[in-house]
Amino acid sequence: MGEPGLGQQPRSTWLRLLPLAVALVIGGFLFVGLGLRPKEIPSVMLGKAVPAFDLPALPGRPKGLKTADLNGQVSLVNVFASWCVSCRAEHPLFMKLKGQGIVPVHGLNYKDEGPAAMDWLRRYGDPYDRVGADLNGRVGIDWGVYGVPETFLINAEGRIVCKHIGPVMESDLKEKLLPAIAALRNGGTAKC
Amino acid sequence: MLMTVIRGLIICFCLAGSMEQAWAVAVDTPLEDPVLEARARAIHKQLRCLVCQNQSIEDSNAGLARDLRILVRDRISAGDSDEAAIGYIVERYGDWVLLQPPIKGGTIMLWSAPVVFLFFAAILIFVWCRRRSGPMATEASPLNADEQDRLNALLDDKDQA
Repeated sequence: MGEPGLGQQPRSTWLRLLPLAVALVIGGFLFVGLGLRPKEIPSVMLGKAVPAFDLPALPGRPKGLKTADLNGQVSLVNVFASWCVSCRAEHPLFMKLKGQGIVPVHGLNYKDEGPAAMDWLRRYGDPYDRVGADLNGRVGIDWGVYGVPETFLINAEGRIVCKHIGPVMESDLKEKLLPAIAALRNGGTAKC
Repeated sequence: MLMTVIRGLIICFCLAGSMEQAWAVAVDTPLEDPVLEARARAIHKQLRCLVCQNQSIEDSNAGLARDLRILVRDRISAGDSDEAAIGYIVERYGDWVLLQPPIKGGTIMLWSAPVVFLFFAAILIFVWCRRRSGPMATEASPLNADEQDRLNALLDDKDQA
């Protein structure tokens, strides 16, 4: 017979480590999960040409927005609405962009009412070059929009390079959008 | 007693279910052709709402979910097949909108995980069962001469105290 008292020892060492191993694996997944943003759904529109659309201007404002307008130069398309509260948070930033003249910003006025949108632009300032009024939200769906605000970066060939979900903050502009715009202007590619 | 409670619960669930449906019809305008409407409804149930992420667009009352329901109805009445109508939405929002993800490269892990886990669980259970039915090490082995002497000495000590 074997050594007294040692009968059960050797086989259970790895079993004892099993809970630790399981905890480490689960912990690893949870740790990675901390950094994920499940609310941000990856866009399948990246790299694709902007969808075919032709939207009328807002009442009393010239220049609607259509596919051809996004061809020829790097631009931003900002999906906004007067009913959207977080749009107000990013609005001063677009006003600043307009002042600096770095890049033309176009507006996609999503499921809004013309007069309400115009009031909103009068009140908070109008940073947009062109604004298309998407009354029923169909064009928004073609762009893969699922929340407002969203901001798209379009390259000179009229392809969608980048999509920002939620209000654009100073840091997003500095770390993501402006470097990408500079890269595109220099004939390079950008990813963000 | 228990049966009464269960019966009550079932009635509650049934009532809740029918009320919800009635409500959905009141908000949306269904298609006139019941066959087309049934097809549209079936598609609605397969599409995930982008706003309230774990509901289908059929169940969600988010604005976008309603727009997508109308869009699906439009596609179906325009003569789209079910696949084409679903494809139209997937083209814009990706596989993410499908409540049942398709089997392809990126989803192999997802689909195979249950099988893999089941496989490992089966192995574990098998190993454990074999261990338990194997020879048990609980039976005490007889003392050797040394140990017997020490035990005797201890017992003698105790007797003298």
